[in-house]
Amino acid sequence: MKPKTRRLYVVLLALLALGTAAALVLNAFEDNLVFFYSPTDLKAKNVPPGQAIRIGGLVEEGSLVKDGLNSHFKITDGAQTVAVAYTGNLPDLFREGQGIVTFGRLDAGGTFQAEEVLAKHDENYMPPEVADALKAAGQWMPERK
Amino acid sequence: MHRFANPARFLRLSRAIQPWILAVTVPCLLAGLYLGLVESPIDYQQKDTVRIMYVHVPAAWMAMFGYSSLAIASAIGLIWKHPLADLAGKAAAPIGAGFTIIALATGSLWGKPTWGTWWVWDARLTSVVVLLFLYLGYMALWNAFEQPQRAARAASILALVGIVNLPIIKFSVDWWNTLHQPASISRIGTPAIDPAMLRPLLLMGVAYLGLFLLLLLLRMRVELAERRVMALQLARSRDGEPS
Repeated sequence: MKPKTRRLYVVLLALLALGTAAALVLNAFEDNLVFFYSPTDLKAKNVPPGQAIRIGGLVEEGSLVKDGLNSHFKITDGAQTVAVAYTGNLPDLFREGQGIVTFGRLDAGGTFQAEEVLAKHDENYMPPEVADALKAAGQWMPERK
Repeated sequence: MHRFANPARFLRLSRAIQPWILAVTVPCLLAGLYLGLVESPIDYQQKDTVRIMYVHVPAAWMAMFGYSSLAIASAIGLIWKHPLADLAGKAAAPIGAGFTIIALATGSLWGKPTWGTWWVWDARLTSVVVLLFLYLGYMALWNAFEQPQRAARAASILALVGIVNLPIIKFSVDWWNTLHQPASISRIGTPAIDPAMLRPLLLMGVAYLGLFLLLLLLRMRVELAERRVMALQLARSRDGEPS
């Protein structure tokens, strides 16, 4: 075998091994790689009260109650819902139906005491007129997760 | 002599194509900047902040494109010992690192008004920081060795190991929950970006690509000139003349 060919095989084999190792590691650490849990994950994993965690989902329509800086709302992933309490300024993009990610802890009553609320932006970009036209046609946000 | 034949051909070729790349890049950059920053509509929820996309997204593309080029050049350099390939990798690294820094900085500026934070350690953002460190590590390795051949070898191996990071960056937004939104352009089905916004974005993409190639050719020519100077100096000092 020519040295060139041998080097080619060595590089290819090394990359294959490296790729496999990376895939296994990423798979094993999946729980630590997600930035936030959905309300369903939260229920399924039985996260104990007091443990710091991030949860993400949509702000449930009609659930937002604001009283000065104190706000209460629910976030949902369609299957499960979590009640959230937060004191502080909400991000500009925060509104009902918007995807958000919040950092905090569950209290003993099952309410999520949020310390930080971030708005999640989706992958849709359009001018306001197009958004209005879509809403008027009933085609709004067909595939939101 | 075979070693010198290729660089000579490369120099001739690069001189010939540089004006053409320039002729595409400049109009695309001007049109893209004008359409993106002035002419294009505001976004229905981000308002004017959406304009950061036109400098951020193409920079992120070039950060990944730059690393792919780096890895391909490293593989060619390692396997076929092509002298120009090592040079191309060495020349590409700082450009790719520059685009990575642009992507990180503009992304941070966009994140504050949109998400409500400058920075989070989600999978997408973290993997792009790792990309920056791979670039920096590659450059550091080039400078860590006296002999260029050994430096090229070590740096190339690092570049190839770093390849695993590319699919992680690309698919991080699909594999794991991230704060960063998933891709809009490569989405199948309904377009996620309005045509009036897609046009400046693609123009800027072409402009950034042209800029990358131009800088790459220029840097490679500088590297070749530097090697020539060093070879000439060596030859002079061997001949016993004062250098």
